[in-house]
Amino acid sequence: MAGFRRTPRGVSARFTSAQAGIVRNLVGQVADLVGGPGAASAPPAGPGEAGAEPDPLFPDDLAAMLDSDGPAGTPEDPVLARLFPDAYGDDAEAAGDFRRYTEQGLRDGKVAAARTVLATLPDSGGRIRLSADDAEAWLRALNDVRLALGVLLGITEDYERELADVTGTDPRSAYLQVYDWLTFLQETLVRSLR
Amino acid sequence: MSVAPAEVEVERPEAGQDAVPDTPWVTIVWNDPVNLMSYVTYVFQQVFGYPKARAQKLMLDVHHKGKAVVSSGAREAMERDAEVLHGYGLWATVSHDR
Repeated sequence: MAGFRRTPRGVSARFTSAQAGIVRNLVGQVADLVGGPGAASAPPAGPGEAGAEPDPLFPDDLAAMLDSDGPAGTPEDPVLARLFPDAYGDDAEAAGDFRRYTEQGLRDGKVAAARTVLATLPDSGGRIRLSADDAEAWLRALNDVRLALGVLLGITEDYERELADVTGTDPRSAYLQVYDWLTFLQETLVRSLR
Repeated sequence: MSVAPAEVEVERPEAGQDAVPDTPWVTIVWNDPVNLMSYVTYVFQQVFGYPKARAQKLMLDVHHKGKAVVSSGAREAMERDAEVLHGYGLWATVSHDR
């Protein structure tokens, strides 16, 4: 695949159905992790609707966090800890206050970016054309996926050497190749936006 | 910010907190192995409006030195910058400029 290229009205790229499936799957997983189960696909819930599903943008642990007296701590999930890092390295209380004020908005933004990808990339792939705004949402959503994979795969600065060294029997092999491809895809997208 | 209930409160700095003028705070971006150099440069241009050359230099500082100061000023502004940078997936922290 050639990746993204600039067009008069935004950007464009062509995906096979397999490629579309990979992107949709990973973007959806990150959205569900960040926004709670079903966040990727649930329609926004109306307030107070009878029988409404729990709002996926307000997971139970967030409610517990708001009720707690202590500072909101670094997430235990290492992917969430990377997506929502501590803003103060040496002041847990300040970091907790910052997290309380900002994390929900950041979560909402990441889920929204993921939903934009899902709304603009059909299961079957094909040529997609994105506005500049949608392209920027794609950029952030792809970055979130790569950050998540980076944590899960233990990606370091010289991952290219790791990629060359890893054998087919290494369970990370397929994911490293996906990570490599997403890196290329994001690079083409940044270049077409500059 | 919520309004104080019954009475009007005059905002005054708590003793020992802002008794001296707020010395500059800084936003720091830390290097990480995932973020693309091109992406970090793009983010600095978008978020701070820096011209490309300056954004690139800052990105290279982050890359080669492990971290770089990307903005400075009042604490609230630094927290806003950190929040926006987190939205782009950069690892940003706020600290006192010393």
